[in-house]
Amino acid sequence: MSNMDSTTEANHRQAEPGAPPDHPRIAIRQLDFFYGKTQALKGITLDLPDRQATALIGPSGCGKSTLLRVLNRMYDLYPGQRASGEVLLDGQNILARDIDLNQLRSRIGMVFQKPTPFPMSIRENIAFGVRMHERLSRAALADRVEWALTRAALWPEVKDRLGNSALGLSGGQQQRLCIARSIAVRPEVLLLDEPTSALDPISTLKIEELIDELKRDFTIAIVTHNMQQAGRVADRVAFFYLGELIELGESVQIFTAPRLRRTQEYITGRFG
Amino acid sequence: MSGARPLSGRYLRRRAVNALGIGFAVFATVFGLFWLAWILWTTLTRGAAALSPRLFTQMTPPPGAAGGLLNAFFGSFVMLLIAIAIGTPLGIGAGTYLSEYAVGRRIGGMIRFVNDILLSAPSIVIGLFCYTLLVQPSGHFSGWAGGVALALLLLPVVVRSTDETLRLIPATAREAVMALGVPKWRMITLVLYRAGRAGLLTGLLLGIARISGETAPLLFTALNNQYWTANPASPMANIPVVIFQYALSPYQSWHALAWAGALIMTVFVLLLSVGSRLLIGRRPGM
Repeated sequence: MSNMDSTTEANHRQAEPGAPPDHPRIAIRQLDFFYGKTQALKGITLDLPDRQATALIGPSGCGKSTLLRVLNRMYDLYPGQRASGEVLLDGQNILARDIDLNQLRSRIGMVFQKPTPFPMSIRENIAFGVRMHERLSRAALADRVEWALTRAALWPEVKDRLGNSALGLSGGQQQRLCIARSIAVRPEVLLLDEPTSALDPISTLKIEELIDELKRDFTIAIVTHNMQQAGRVADRVAFFYLGELIELGESVQIFTAPRLRRTQEYITGRFG
Repeated sequence: MSGARPLSGRYLRRRAVNALGIGFAVFATVFGLFWLAWILWTTLTRGAAALSPRLFTQMTPPPGAAGGLLNAFFGSFVMLLIAIAIGTPLGIGAGTYLSEYAVGRRIGGMIRFVNDILLSAPSIVIGLFCYTLLVQPSGHFSGWAGGVALALLLLPVVVRSTDETLRLIPATAREAVMALGVPKWRMITLVLYRAGRAGLLTGLLLGIARISGETAPLLFTALNNQYWTANPASPMANIPVVIFQYALSPYQSWHALAWAGALIMTVFVLLLSVGSRLLIGRRPGM
């Protein structure tokens, strides 16, 4: 893969608007991760190319969700969890001690498996995160709320009830609200941890279309157990097994001609 | 079909033990409820007989004269407010520390243990403590000292309920907020407190219910005051101590006032408990 070859150079280059689309936004190098004494990730080296969707697949407990939680340092909330190696975001090691976690998380958004609306109005759910990072006028904030809800394909459904509690939305709407909330902060990277596993097929379809649309502007990493979904939304697929990255490739290649037998066995449902 | 086998001694014995167990449980329940019902019934009949609008318009009278409990109600109200004003922020702060900052640290377990001791501390000890700390140096009893004593009783209740309420909120809710790059303290104040407000309020109500009948700590601190005062720096009348003194007196009219005060206090505590029950029925909002 061409971007694999040119990583060292790309790592140290700042992201520019004109950068080629396969420029790695995030470069993971020799990443190990531990829950206490249990090693959950072993020597992971992986690039997330700019403005592409990379799907992380593999059986439960293989470390794919753990990898997402390293990328926004979510594991920092818990004592006893630690990572070693390097994760470079535009060339800057985000595992460094002196990194500002709040700023990092404003650049790397995350959407979780279960929709997690905050107990406040729809408008406040979006504006809340924005206010933490930017001082906007009331009008600019309203624009941002509309922009985010529009990008998340939710605006037409909620534009007349922005003041209502977000808890009254359906599951699928809540998940799109969570996506809107993440992109409202204008991150560069979006981490999606099984974003549709709690949703019905129609809502799932909407979210998948949304991901397809969002990857024009955001670098996306999505964890999914749904092979069809990985094939539909991802440009590249990374197969994990027992904490190791087994195979990485274009999604067409992984699903039609996997190089390794274990990958093939997993995607054809032989185990996992 | 050989039909039912005759019951052997083992099964007969089991039946007998079962019947005995159920019988004892029912007896224990009825026995406990009997006294409770009797207490409530006595309070209700004796208190209702003494109820009159004068209770809320007149001061505690000298023996034999007509009067009410206005100064005592007001004093109790002021001291409850002092206790709530001190105990709530401290309790919520400490409970938040336990739930959000002391996770996985030994200090958290130690604080919880100490808090549980405080929770079950005899209230007379708290009263004596405040007497030594506040009343003796100032040379006189005061409403402030009473409020502080009640705050010390309220504090552990609020600490515990805050800690437990916040720990009920799932980790995913915290992560969802933190993932937006929100500082932890804003996550706590803007999201956790909102999601857990029913639980926090319930804890506070139960705490108020607990302290509103406390007599021992007030005997040492606020004592009593026959006259109207709105100044917490002076000794203050309050319902529990008035009940205590009037019930022990030889005067019929004072007995009646004591029963009326007891009834109103019981109803107040009952309403607080029912209110907190209703709040508990609501799940945390996330």
